[in-house]
Formats: sequence, C-alpha cells, structure tokens
Amino acid sequence: MEHHRLDTTFAALADPTRRAILARLAAGEASVTELARPFAMSQPAISKHLKVLERAGLVRRGRDAQRRPRRLEPKPLAHATRWLERYRRLWEGNYRRLDALLAELQPQKNRGAHP
Amino acid sequence: MSTLQLTAPGERDIVMTRVFDAPRTMVFDAHTKPDLVKRWLLGPPGWSMPVCEIDLRVGGKYRYVWRHDTKGTEMGMGGVYREIVVPERIVSTERFDEAWYPGEAVGTLVLVERGGKTTLTVTMRYESRAARDAVLKSGMESGVAASYDRLAAVLASTPSSI
Repeated sequence: MEHHRLDTTFAALADPTRRAILARLAAGEASVTELARPFAMSQPAISKHLKVLERAGLVRRGRDAQRRPRRLEPKPLAHATRWLERYRRLWEGNYRRLDALLAELQPQKNRGAHP
Repeated sequence: MSTLQLTAPGERDIVMTRVFDAPRTMVFDAHTKPDLVKRWLLGPPGWSMPVCEIDLRVGGKYRYVWRHDTKGTEMGMGGVYREIVVPERIVSTERFDEAWYPGEAVGTLVLVERGGKTTLTVTMRYESRAARDAVLKSGMESGVAASYDRLAAVLASTPSSI
C-alpha cells in the first residue's frame, strides 16, 4: 500500500504542469478556473492533471460546493521526500569520504575539511 | 561543508549535485583510479570494496564488488564506458549482479571546475519509472536505512572514515 502510494506520487510529480499546480496550491486553495489561469491550457486539460493529483492523494477538494476549490494534501509529498532523503544520505556518506580523500591528496592546501 | 542535492526529475532520472573543494582532475581521478575509488565508494558502514577494476576507454568495462566485513555478503556490479572526456565527463552503463531494479541504467558524470572547486553532477537514467522508484525505495528496503542516521553521526565526529 505504502509502496503503491510512492509510485503514484512520483508519477504524479513527473509532470511540470502538475508540479506548478502543487506549487500554486502550496500558497493556498484555488478553484479550477484560478488554477488554469497561469497556464496556456484549457480547463479540461487542467482538470485532467488535477484528477491525477487527486488520485495520488496530493490534492483534495475543499468544502465550498460552488467554487469546489482544490487544496494541497501534504502527507504523500512528505512521504516521497523522506525516500529521497534516505537515498541522499547514502550518497552523502560516500561523498564525505571523498572529501576526506581529496583533502589528503592536496596536503599543500592544508584545509580543515575534516578537523 | 557542501551538501548533496538530490532530485528525481521526470519519470526515469535521479540527479545528484555536489561541490568538492578540489580541482576536477583530482575528482576525476577519484572516480577512475581503482586505488582511490576503493577508498570512498563504499555505501553504508561495514562494507569494503575488494574488487575495483576499471578499463577506462570507450567500450571498456568496469567491475566493482563490495563485501560486508563481518557477514561476508558480496554485492557486485559493472558496466561499459560509452563516453569519456578527461577530466570532465563519463557516460557508463550500470547493472548489478543480483538485479534489485529492472534492466540497465545509464549514468552520466559531469565535472565543472570554478575557482579551484569542482561541481559534480551525476544523472542516472533508469529503464523505466518502476526501476527508478525501486532505486529510491532501496534505501529502506535493504534494511540499512536505520544505520544511515548513525553513519551521519559517525562521519561528523570522525577525522577520517576510511
């Protein structure tokens, strides 16, 4: 379940328009019309993107029945970020060792990278 | 200290960027000379790299084998060099002996030097979105994730982690 969610999140985030929609929603809820405005796209095209985001659980519909505003659901995003962070830390470990090695290879610089 | 930027743009890529306080010839050597590679490309704590063979020419192969120091578990991978521009660019394929993601990946290493510092960018392109996501998930699934926190602490407090 959790893994399926991650795939869906990454798939939803793969598109630049959808990322822009999320960035807009991070600033507060917005209607489909408001969301479509900055893009050279029809409302149905935006709605399609919103559907993908909703299916991934990244966007929810707000309470106002008339405006039907969309709002950001931050949880899956935080989840995806956590995966990235774990992978990042593994490589950061490698690269810190490389820092130490590079410092050792140029003793004339005598920098305190690893005091 | 520089920190590693990591993103997963598009469907199939993982991109890592980091700055090193060294000229790029040196960073290039650290990626292509086995004696140097063995000293840093180790992954989580407890692993060493007994095999590191590099035939640095287009069409040449490389092979890495890591071994867990106490458990004796081995993990091997290798690939072929597709492009080499010394000391700024390497494109190579990568495939693990025991596939933990589907297919073969293509890695592009780019080194840019400015003011004595080198910016490294590694782009890994996987065969599919599923493969890319499997790699991102591996951090936890391999069961080593819990030790990364420890690793960070150890590295921060140790003069040399070799």
